[in-house]
Amino acid sequence: MTERPQGRSPVIEAKGLCRHYQQGSELIRALDGVDVTICEGEFVAVMGASGSGKSTFMNMCGALDHPTAGNIKVAGQELAEMDNDALADLRNRYVGFVFQQFNLLPRTSALNNVMLPLRYRRGLPADAEARCMHALEQVDLADRASHHPNELSGGQQQRVAIARALVNDPKLILADEPTGALDSRTTVDVMKLFQRLNEGGMTIVVVTHENEVAGYAHRNLFFRDGKIVEDTGDRAGRAAS
Amino acid sequence: MTVLETMKIALEALKLNALRTALAMLGIVIGVASVIAMASISAGASKQIEDHITNLGSNLLFARPGSTMIGGRQGGSGSSLPFRESDVAAIRQSIPEVAAITGNNRTGAAVIYGNKNWQTSIQGVDAAFHEVRNWHVSEGRGLADEDVRRKAKVAVIGQTVARELFGETPPIGQRIRIKAVPFTVIGILEKKGQSGMGNDQDDTILVPISTARARLARGSSPVPDPVDFMMISVADGADMGAVQSEIEDLLMKRRHIRPGEQADFDVRNMAEFIATRTATQATLGLLLAAAAAISLIVGGIGIMNIMLVSVTERTREIGLRMAVGARERDILIQFLVEAMTLCLIGGIIGLTIGGIGAAMFARLGHWPVLLDPVFVAVGLVGSGAVGLFFGYYPARRASRLNPIEALRYE
Ligand SMILES: Nc1ncnc2c1ncn2[C@@H]1O[C@H](COP(=O)(O)OP(=O)(O)OP(=O)(O)O)[C@@H](O)[C@H]1O
Ligand SMILES: [Mg+2]
Repeated sequence: MTERPQGRSPVIEAKGLCRHYQQGSELIRALDGVDVTICEGEFVAVMGASGSGKSTFMNMCGALDHPTAGNIKVAGQELAEMDNDALADLRNRYVGFVFQQFNLLPRTSALNNVMLPLRYRRGLPADAEARCMHALEQVDLADRASHHPNELSGGQQQRVAIARALVNDPKLILADEPTGALDSRTTVDVMKLFQRLNEGGMTIVVVTHENEVAGYAHRNLFFRDGKIVEDTGDRAGRAAS
Repeated sequence: MTVLETMKIALEALKLNALRTALAMLGIVIGVASVIAMASISAGASKQIEDHITNLGSNLLFARPGSTMIGGRQGGSGSSLPFRESDVAAIRQSIPEVAAITGNNRTGAAVIYGNKNWQTSIQGVDAAFHEVRNWHVSEGRGLADEDVRRKAKVAVIGQTVARELFGETPPIGQRIRIKAVPFTVIGILEKKGQSGMGNDQDDTILVPISTARARLARGSSPVPDPVDFMMISVADGADMGAVQSEIEDLLMKRRHIRPGEQADFDVRNMAEFIATRTATQATLGLLLAAAAAISLIVGGIGIMNIMLVSVTERTREIGLRMAVGARERDILIQFLVEAMTLCLIGGIIGLTIGGIGAAMFARLGHWPVLLDPVFVAVGLVGSGAVGLFFGYYPARRASRLNPIEALRYE
């Protein structure tokens, strides 16, 4: 890719990426030939109309789904060539995923929800609790650590999910509309957090409908009907180079 | 994830649906409870029979006319001649390995003392009875040769008879009536307890065999001095089998049966006889336990069902766990542990209920029960194994879910 900055290795490389669903006689092209490279340290906003394939794309990047055609590399590894355990470890250590719907374990405290990725590491780190508290502090929820999801507001639940994505110090954050349920002030807080993390070298991909949110990113991808119809390129990267 | 954490998660999930969990466990509870109860009861029976052998003495031989089964074929008919006093004497004199021998003419009769009346078994025996059975008196004196020679109207009574007839009154020296014949109580037998067949050995009265013949026998006998059966104790260290065949040979000769012909009597080693019976009982117990084990399998199917429901209900949770990095194995273990936890809790409850049931059976049914720790171990391991076996399929199904499909599951 031309806009790929010098010295930055690609985090996501999609080529001709397709995800088709056969629904009866109808073929739904959720993704229909996506070519994109996202490099280390980029902050990307993914935009597009509802049903344009944003979530499907994010799931591919997060090693949660398999393409029906084309291929995708994450962290330089071809996903199709990895076995299930390797994919699980990739999801655990490399990627922090924030889902569009709140996906917290019910009847489980915020702290334990945040700890979930640590539990699936090979060996729970000794400072697990401290790391979880730190992650909760970053989303300003340290005082709610012992609360269960049903005792938290929608926005608070979403922030717990963000803390969970952060707890394992991933290289890549994939956030599917993380601010959808947040008020404008909290939205700004979350985006500033992402900005800070990005400055620390984390690669961040955020799906959003809001232009202000997209404004924090350095690069925007626009989806329509399963294709990327516009790619602004890495403005920050270009500015830097 | 450690197993302990996984178990905690499992317990949480189970607590959430307490009623459903309880119903799912019911099969396991019933299965384990019945296995434990059956095993305990049958072990108790075996143990009692063993005790009975020890009690009887493993050196005891029984001889009786009119054999029943020998080598699987019907032997002589029941109408064969009884033994005679001279047979008893001959065995005593000519076989040195015989430590003691007594004839025994047994009859049932009502015994009366004052206004009390008690139906019991009357054994006409020789003085040697006490030695043969190693069963002596705890009060008064036992039967003596003199009593037999004089056809004395004396009786040695068992503990049950003493209790039922006399209550608080000291029985020694009292007069009782057996078939309207007055007898003087001279002694009380030591307590023996129940026999392997469950009857009360203390519910008996001993009288001299001569007196029994003269005063208590019903009907007439083809011989003047009949002996219904003989009990023989063999000297310590002697070869039981050899003594048994010596007695057989002697009786054959005395009863004019040529060698090779079918004997019209039967000499048996009591221990052997009881051992056969023990084997039968053990087989029966095993069968019952097997039947109970089937209910454990039915319980396992219940567990499998509930686990499948649980996996379906928690599809999204599984998807989420996979999305944050759970491997297939993690999910598999989580649900296996859950199924096993369910079964083990059911197993523990079942053990408790089975144990209590067996204990109640023991108290109400006056039946010996033996709760072996091995059964407890088998019950626990068994229920765990059922959990493992029937939990595997649902757990595997959970672990094979596709993460994104699981997350989107409604
Ligand atoms: N499992 C599925 N089976 C069939 N069609 C599906 C499935 N998942 C997604 N689709 C279809 O794929 C298309 C893209 O869906 P996707 O969830 O990626 O949209 P989106 O861009 O995230 O929309 P939104 O902004 O509303 O979240 C939609 O038309 C959807 O109906
Ligand atoms: Mg979406």
